[in-house]
Amino acid sequence: MTAASGHGGLRDFRRRLFALILKEFRQLLRDRSNLLIGVGLPIVLILIFGYGLSLDVRDARVVVAQEDASPAASDLVASLSGSPYLIVDVVRSHAQARRRMDAHKADAMLYLPSDFARRAAAGDAQVQLLLHGGDPTRAAAIQAYVGAAVALAGYKQLDRQGAAAQAEGVTVVDRMWFNTANNSTWYLVPGLIVLIMTLVGTFLTALVMAREWERGTLEALFVTPVHPAEVLLAKIVPYFLVGLAGLAMCLAAARLLFGVPIHGSLLVLLFASMLYMVVALGIGLLISAFTKNQFLASQIALLTSFLPAMMLSGFVFDLRNVPQAVRVAGHLLPATYFMELVKTLFLAGTYWPLVLKNCAILAAYAAGLLALARMVTRKRLD
Amino acid sequence: MFHDAIDYLRRLASLCLKEFLAVLKDPANRVILVVPVLFQTLLFGYGATFDLNDVPYAVVDQSHGEQSTRLLARLDGTGVFHRVATLRSPAQIADAIDSGKALLVLHFAADFDSRLGSQGGAPLQVILDGRNSTTAGNAAAQINAVVAQFNASLPGAARAPVSVVARAWFNPNLETRWNILPGLIASLSMIQVMMLAALSVASEREQGTFDQLLVTPFTPGQIMVGKALPSIAIGLVQSALVLLMSLYWFGIPMAGSLAALAAGLLLFTIAIVGVGLSISAVSATMQQAMLYTFVLLVPLVLLSGLATPVGNMPRIFQLATYANPLRFAIDLVRRVYLEGAPLGQVWHDFIPLVCVAVLTLPLAAWLFRHRLV
Repeated sequence: MTAASGHGGLRDFRRRLFALILKEFRQLLRDRSNLLIGVGLPIVLILIFGYGLSLDVRDARVVVAQEDASPAASDLVASLSGSPYLIVDVVRSHAQARRRMDAHKADAMLYLPSDFARRAAAGDAQVQLLLHGGDPTRAAAIQAYVGAAVALAGYKQLDRQGAAAQAEGVTVVDRMWFNTANNSTWYLVPGLIVLIMTLVGTFLTALVMAREWERGTLEALFVTPVHPAEVLLAKIVPYFLVGLAGLAMCLAAARLLFGVPIHGSLLVLLFASMLYMVVALGIGLLISAFTKNQFLASQIALLTSFLPAMMLSGFVFDLRNVPQAVRVAGHLLPATYFMELVKTLFLAGTYWPLVLKNCAILAAYAAGLLALARMVTRKRLD
Repeated sequence: MFHDAIDYLRRLASLCLKEFLAVLKDPANRVILVVPVLFQTLLFGYGATFDLNDVPYAVVDQSHGEQSTRLLARLDGTGVFHRVATLRSPAQIADAIDSGKALLVLHFAADFDSRLGSQGGAPLQVILDGRNSTTAGNAAAQINAVVAQFNASLPGAARAPVSVVARAWFNPNLETRWNILPGLIASLSMIQVMMLAALSVASEREQGTFDQLLVTPFTPGQIMVGKALPSIAIGLVQSALVLLMSLYWFGIPMAGSLAALAAGLLLFTIAIVGVGLSISAVSATMQQAMLYTFVLLVPLVLLSGLATPVGNMPRIFQLATYANPLRFAIDLVRRVYLEGAPLGQVWHDFIPLVCVAVLTLPLAAWLFRHRLV
């Protein structure tokens, strides 16, 4: 482009781009199913993750087989009933309790044998706790709650017996930073931003673009005087905005519905989200350009972006717990870096070393993916 | 009469063959129906775990005493905790946590040893990174367990008069993987089977060949069966693949009978195909079919108890899961696989599956001719 036509070129560029973007917007809004993914599904996700899913065990049903009617045994049962997480039900025999366990009408069973009080007085009573291992996270939590309640009852009993003041040893005073409520909603809802942007940026974009490749409507656009770059840009802009709308919904829900604090800078969060949105769109464009088939594109988009963003980015499952190879795979995903950023910005604050590092990584991904998408689209014209 | 039956079956067979070919003729389709299932089984089998097995921690030890060293040695001995930093002052705690380098910081005050010696008790401050509160809570529980052991080893320690002996049925080490993999046997195949079924009619609609099918002598019921069978077969093959991986790759022992498992999975797959075909019948294009399916799949998977227990959900969500076939399929597979439950113990899981199948399959057949859109 020469200097003389530079100005006019820019004006033309803007005019063409504007017209194209308008066309894409109309196309996006015309099909209700697009809106369902772009707006409906994010709302469903927010409601499910915010209200429905929880990793915090509550209402665990413990059936106590109390074959000993002594005060010591009743104290223990009372201590269990005091736990806000347990629903305690007492039956008189081991067999009765066992039947409830077999029928899955109880999550755990605590057995107090008939010699419980006598042995407790001697200081060596054992109570048996049976758990359903089919649900290990729940079982482990119930084990901890029951253990704590039993220990509490034990110490109370010692106190009452007036046992000589004994050394209490080390007491752990734990303070959980960033999530004083110790509530999984606090990290699930911010993490949803990543999920929703991936959904709109990669899944929806890949699907819609693959359809255009499949039907040849993209070639129809390419034979017009517009540049491939303009076509791409116009395709990206509406989805970019839909993705940001998802961000706004998540922010509003986090703040207004779930009371999740936002300690970091909102501006940084917005900037990082825009960067990630470009990355997600780049992946979506690439997938569609490579597959040119709706079914394949949707499957690949699910497999390479949505599912990993859910499973491997540290959203629900902490990357610290997984084997080395899976951890490496997780750290190849742009979603992992954005997830780290979002959680830090929400819960911990603007911690610059991490913000700069992760933004730089996302920017590198964005630049690389867009260049690649541009290349793939141009090749198609030859 | 007999001839009619033969004729009927022959026509049905040729229709099924056509549908099978339509799905499997594309080599890319053949790959996408097998590879992702194996890949996801590996990914989720290894990646979906709540079992804490690596806790990086930092220490501020202002007491420099014997007891704090003994406690730390005990911690390192678990194999789960490993020290990544030794901080000189409490001022450095914020950085160690913020950067994510340490999941927790142990802070021994200067008088830790002397208080433990003279007063018999001393506090140990533990600061945890709560950005993932579940991990942090698990780590805190493990610290408490180690400290309890340490306390028991102190001279003159108070002994708890009652001890709990816990035993977990069916999964003695409480491994998350034993819970996830049986769940995957049902859920992984569902994702693709529902999509396949949803696309089967929608793609013919989009290409205009469905009207041709409708003017043939086939009844809508036959068309429905022809469309359903390939998806059902593919779903069962996928479930079998995940089952084999779970048995032989991850080595999770199966307690129950294969027949009970197969019966449950067959019914579940039929129900899912029914849902998929119903979606297909109301969609005008493939894209719509895929988007509708996806919008349905996400809540079905999330509210199935696959990753987070149904029991942790609020009551109203628990009620909503009664409409979710996946919830019952996962329950059935887990009970048969892990607990060895015979059909007599899991029959109630079949009821919702039968309901879904009986509702959706005739609905789909009816919708073929009575399109809503």
